[in-house]
Parts: sequence; C-alpha cells; structure tokens
Amino acid sequence: MFRNQYDTDVTTWSPAGRLFQVEYAMEAVKQGSAAIGLRSKTHVVLGCVNKANSELSSHQKKIFKVDDHIGVAIAGLTADGRVLSRYMRNECINYNFTYESPLPVGRLVVQLADKAQVCTQRSWKRPYGVGLLVAGLDESGAHLYYNCPSGNYFEYQAFAIGSRSQAAKTYLERRFENFTDSSRDDLVKDAITAIRETLQGETLKSSICTIAVVGIGEPFHILDQGTVQQIIDTFEIAAEQEGPAAEPDAAEQSAAAADQGGSTDEGVAPMDI
Amino acid sequence: MVKQQANWSPYDNNGGSCVAIAGADYCVIAADTRMSTGYNILTREYSKICKLADKCVMASSGFQADVKALQKQLAARHLIYQHQHNKQMSCPAMAQLLSNTLYYKRFFPYYSFNVLGGLDNEGKGCVFTYDAVGSYEKVGYSSQGSGSTLITPFLDNQLKSPSPLLLPVQDAVTPLVEAEAIDLVKTVFASASERDIYTGDKIEIVVVNATGIRREYMELRKD
Repeated sequence: MFRNQYDTDVTTWSPAGRLFQVEYAMEAVKQGSAAIGLRSKTHVVLGCVNKANSELSSHQKKIFKVDDHIGVAIAGLTADGRVLSRYMRNECINYNFTYESPLPVGRLVVQLADKAQVCTQRSWKRPYGVGLLVAGLDESGAHLYYNCPSGNYFEYQAFAIGSRSQAAKTYLERRFENFTDSSRDDLVKDAITAIRETLQGETLKSSICTIAVVGIGEPFHILDQGTVQQIIDTFEIAAEQEGPAAEPDAAEQSAAAADQGGSTDEGVAPMDI
Repeated sequence: MVKQQANWSPYDNNGGSCVAIAGADYCVIAADTRMSTGYNILTREYSKICKLADKCVMASSGFQADVKALQKQLAARHLIYQHQHNKQMSCPAMAQLLSNTLYYKRFFPYYSFNVLGGLDNEGKGCVFTYDAVGSYEKVGYSSQGSGSTLITPFLDNQLKSPSPLLLPVQDAVTPLVEAEAIDLVKTVFASASERDIYTGDKIEIVVVNATGIRREYMELRKD
C-alpha cells in the first residue's frame, strides 16, 4: 500500500523498514533468463539458458571466465553483469600480481558484496540489477556463491536464479545430497537436466544452453557445443524417467549451506535472511 | 655549494647475454643462465627467458629485479587482452605493448635489455630488439647484454643480409634451417663465454615453431 511513496530512491526507507529500490533490483534478477550452479567436493558446474532477442541475433553471453579457478554466471541486467565481471577479473589479476597466488573465492565474493552495498546507500547511484552465481576453487575446496543486488551473499551446494528457476531448484533440492560425491560427468549431467527443467517443455538443444566447469586440475572453461549436444543426446536415449512431481517435504527442508532465497509474501523482506 | 650526489644506486647489473634468430617458420631465443653482481656469481641456474604468449618469448639481460617486474606487468596485461579479445596476443602486438610499457617508465627506466622472439600472424619467425626505454625494431636476429659486443659482429658475419635497397629484395629472416640456427647459437655462446666473464655456466635455448615451444640446454665454461 505504501510502496509508491517510498520507492523513488534507494536512500528512502519504507515504514516497514524496507528499501524498495533494492527489492526492485532483485526483481530484475528474477526476470532474467535462468542460470544454475551446483558443486561437488572437487568440481563446480555452471549452466545457463541462452536467450536471444530474435532468430536473427546472437545469444547473450551470460557465463564469464574470471580467472583459471573462478567463473561466474549471471541473470538479470547483463550489462551490469559484464561490468562486474570486469571488476572481478581485475581483482584477480591484481591479487595474483601482488601475492603470486590465486585470489580465494571467499574474498572475491565479499569484495563484490561490499561493492553492491555501496549502491544501496548512495542517492546518486542505483543497485546493480544482476544476480551472480560465482563458482570457484580455493585451498578449502570447491565453492558456489550467490551474490545479490542487495549486497548479501550466500554459499550454496546448488542454486538456480532467473525466470522459471523454481523448477530447477525443485529438481536440485531432490538431488543435492548426492552432489558432494558426484563425479564430474554426473555433475554436468545434473546441470543440463536442471536447465531442462526451466525450459518447461521446450526442446533442449545445445544452442540454447551454455555449460561451464571448474575443478581440481581443470581450469575454468566453457564446454563447447558439440560436447554438450553429445550429453543431451545420451539423455534422450535414456528416455524421460523423472516425474515432474516434487515430494512436498523435500521442498520444505533447507538446502545444505543456506536458505533458498526469499519467498514472495509481502511481510518478509527478502534481504532479511 | 656542490650538488648533492646519491650514495646508493637503485640499479645493479646482473650480467648475461641474450640472442634471438628468426627463421622462415621458426624462431630461436637463447640466453645464458649465469646471474652475477660485481665480480661475484649469485647463481649458475637463473632463467632470463620468459614465455609471454603462445607464440611469443622474451629474453632479457640487465637488472633482473627490473626484468622480473617487467615480465609480471606484461603477463598481467596479456591476461586482460585475453579476457577482452578471447585470443592470445600475437608477437607484433606484444612487441608494441613491450615498447609502450618500457617508455611508460621513461624517467625511471626498467634496466632491462630485451629481445622478443616468436612467430607472427602468418607463422613466420620474427625478432624484435629493444633498448631500455622502448625504442624497438623488427630484425632478423639480435643480441643484447654483456656479451652482445662479442656476439653481434659474429652474427653479422654469418647472417647479415645485404642492404634492403639492393635488388632482388632479400628477407631479414635467415634462410638457415632450424637445426643450423641452433648450432650457430651454441657456437656464438661458446665463443662469448671465452672472453666475457659475465657469460657462462649454461645456455637455455627456446625454439618456437608451428608445433609449439621447445626448450633445450647446453653446458658452458664455468669460469
């Protein structure tokens, strides 16, 4: 009821203690095409759905290599995502130059989060309209983080963002307990299956999705279309066995590391987790 | 009132020699592995050669601390280039970058005497030679460092093409085969280490060709 009065700029609180501009920025993430991430003990896989404006145009690039050991998938305003990727690449290069070792992922996501927070507290700025799934390796193993426009970040075993991501999340919730010990190839298969869930009936082809992998002994790289198509073909042979019905109690359990992101009821501020 | 003189110098010379020879489809870059200071030897096994890109290798003699800093700068800039262009830098591109990087510190130079060698975009060998502040030139062969005064005249005798004004036009790159060029490099270093006290111990020879980058070593006089 009060939304319209208190949403003009990011430095205005609502009476309920919310910053609507930040929440609107998170809406932008939900409008973007889906991106998913999942991790095992040794590998992290990122996947995304490639949306193109028309048949004549090329697909938007949504997965970026940040360094040999870090990659990022974005959903939302891809222009904001590009700018943040450039920032992340710079940070990695500078850290490596000074310390002759790779930037730990945990440090990078904190820097990213602090950068996003600045935009929520300046009247002449606006929040970044992009959610980032940061996949990386460091001395403590494989990690997957989600960075919000609000400046919050969470670590996940598996997560999905963007439009129709709930379908992928449901699939991942059913399977996440197996991911830690999954092999690299099984992890990739699960990622492609999760992507398929977001397509909701549309045929899965390697031209509309992108998959990237990073792991111990395997620098971050995007899989080429041929390889992805081969894996998709093996699914078709195995035939659709997965029932789309999700078990109700599985949906209620919280995922391994953190919450699954805010629900859409009016009372709870989504950033307040 | 006499002008105050510095009682220390930010620079030191760690000695050593570098050579590069360009061929029709290969490039040989070599440097000795001795690192000295004054009349002392710091180590007999220091590499002066650095791979900057897939087809681009640099050898530098002079003050090795500045050389190391220069190599790190170029490596970081190369990473940025790869992120932006989705490909490796070509040798001529790296050559220009090196020149700009050196001139950037025109008023507190990198005490680094460089030769850049590799394959250009067509797969032909190329060598670029520099001074400490970035003046550079594409040549068929070059040598830098403490032994360069001994090495260059010999390379001129073996490789120097007649004037480019003379017809028919002759290429700067040598007609020598890869194996012959490597042999020439070994001969040249063996001679230089006889008379130059800062050159010796071992040569590190890097060969860049279509199949990739190869490295070999040869022992030299230890005195």
